[in-house]
Amino acid sequence: MSDAQKYWQANIRLVIGCLIVWFIVSFGFGILLVEQLNSIRILGGYPLGLWFSQQGSIYTFVVLIFFYAWRMNKLDIKFNVREN
Amino acid sequence: MSLKLMTYLVVGATFALYLYIAFKARASTTGEFYVAGKGVHPVLNGMATGADWMSAASFISMAGLIAFKGYDASVYLMGFSGGYCLLAMLLAPYLRKYGKFTVPEFIGDRYYSNFARVVAVICLIVASLTYVIGQMKGVGVAFSRFLELPYEVGLGVGMVIVFFYAVMGGMKGVTYTQVAQYCVMIFAYTVPVVFISLQLTGNPIPQLGMGAQMTGDDMFLLDKLDQTLVDLGFNEFTAQKGNTLNIFLFTLSLMIGTAGLPHVITRFFTVPKVRDARSSVGWSLVFIAILYTTAPAVGAMARLNLMETIHPTSGANAGEWLKYDERPQWFKNWEKTGLLTFEDKNKDGLIQYVGAKNKEFENEMVKVDRDIMVLANPEIAKLPNWVIALVAAGGIAAALSTAAGLLLAISSSISHDLLKGIVMPNMSDKSELLAGRIAMAGAILVAGVLGLNPPGFAAQVVALAFGLAASSIFPALMMGVFAKRVNNIGAVCGMLVGLGSTLVYIFWFKGWFFIPGTAMAADNASNWLFGIGPSSFGAIGALLNFTVALAVSSITKAPPEHIQHLVEDIRVPMGAGSAVEH
Repeated sequence: MSDAQKYWQANIRLVIGCLIVWFIVSFGFGILLVEQLNSIRILGGYPLGLWFSQQGSIYTFVVLIFFYAWRMNKLDIKFNVREN
Repeated sequence: MSLKLMTYLVVGATFALYLYIAFKARASTTGEFYVAGKGVHPVLNGMATGADWMSAASFISMAGLIAFKGYDASVYLMGFSGGYCLLAMLLAPYLRKYGKFTVPEFIGDRYYSNFARVVAVICLIVASLTYVIGQMKGVGVAFSRFLELPYEVGLGVGMVIVFFYAVMGGMKGVTYTQVAQYCVMIFAYTVPVVFISLQLTGNPIPQLGMGAQMTGDDMFLLDKLDQTLVDLGFNEFTAQKGNTLNIFLFTLSLMIGTAGLPHVITRFFTVPKVRDARSSVGWSLVFIAILYTTAPAVGAMARLNLMETIHPTSGANAGEWLKYDERPQWFKNWEKTGLLTFEDKNKDGLIQYVGAKNKEFENEMVKVDRDIMVLANPEIAKLPNWVIALVAAGGIAAALSTAAGLLLAISSSISHDLLKGIVMPNMSDKSELLAGRIAMAGAILVAGVLGLNPPGFAAQVVALAFGLAASSIFPALMMGVFAKRVNNIGAVCGMLVGLGSTLVYIFWFKGWFFIPGTAMAADNASNWLFGIGPSSFGAIGALLNFTVALAVSSITKAPPEHIQHLVEDIRVPMGAGSAVEH
């Protein structure tokens, strides 16, 4: 396999990993499991499922994007495709 | 000082500030920020994108929908923000690498077909125009309130102002102006809710106030809100009302649509490097998240204050309905716009504001437009006049800047992609500009007229635009990078099927071309296919788009060699050209 293909595969693996987290915090915790999680409360009186749908998912998205950017930058260097 | 005068002063001062910065920046730094290879710093670009992004839907409408729909309106929060993940990981860096000026240009090149480019232009216009209708609703609400005129007149005034603003270039391209706009907007949005959170819970951070206990009461804020609503026959704020499938698809449509909206994508063409495109999307979301995580508190606290004003649960008038003759000034002002209507059904002179489950009374607040909540919120909470004026300035900036950005996208796709790119390549720059202005005026007129009877509240109209972008543009862009095998015929068929199916589904329930009275079926859950609402159909449209494009491509000829090389080249950052100027 060529380096370009390896780079692309590593990228795809990273994207899939990130999108799994993306799915879990929003569609998982915020929608599909919202009722179950609402029985737990955080910050005092904020039902957890509602918190994920209104706050937690958004914070996670921010972290995910920076994580992805950081890992991709490392991949760029590793496979020597970084721009000068 | 009277509120009206204060509002004019603050709105005028913020506009003077934008103009001043635009003038200064233009004079001193032309060629400094957009020099080849340099581009705009990712953090500043992120902030400017935040200003571009936060429209009437985010600023004026979203918290109002949260106030009245509670949990179910979380779809807007997750949808509008989650799309940035897709943008960062699936599109932005690659489109930055390719480095073209417009989205249809990329589609036309990647699918080696002018026809694909035309289809992309159509998709872009349909989605953007729908988006502008939503902005017009917001503009109309803001202007009608602050000029104390009926909504229709406010909308007319707004149309004229939007036109001049957009023709001036919307002050786009001057990053510092947008940075200033962002600062005004976020300040205007958070200041009132910090005050209100402090009043209600003693905690100045609204994100924490949402979970806190009420001051002078041992109940948690959200429990108090739920109880107040249930007592009056409304649904609980925290509980889910709609069906799960619909909420799921609605969120997905908004996410995919966010990543497919041309005016957002093109922002990331201006950063210096491919790796900056990745982090700049992150910075955009940081600045957007500040507003989005505050919005639930705005909604919940505004609703609680509204209910407490009309039917206090404590104090001297506890348990009594508000007398119509003693209604506060904000109530009277909003009545003038026609967006708030009271009808004394039982002729007792009291305002009974109750939900459908209340057996004792009929609801007399016959119209409470959701889009008035954010603007009315500081007045309901009895905050000082300067705060109220500030919110007005923020709302107007949000609606104007986004409307202008979209109108520019529409006019450039018509004049640059359609006319100059395909129909009349020999067109002079002067007539290209003229064609752009005519397109802009036409778009404002269409959007304004449809905005008289909008197919929903601002954020709901915008949601339809996202569905259209999701079903047409996003799949074509994503497959352009990730599916080398997809060819011209496949992409065109995919876009047409995606856009067509979504458009028909929306028109079926919202009226053909959104003209009132032409809907084929009433827009309610019992008529929807499998309970999927028109705003949620974008995800299905996108799925159809992907399926058709992949299927058709697999039985037709593979793309030519040079296109396959092009795709391979897009996938690696090295060798990217310098940033394009916007």
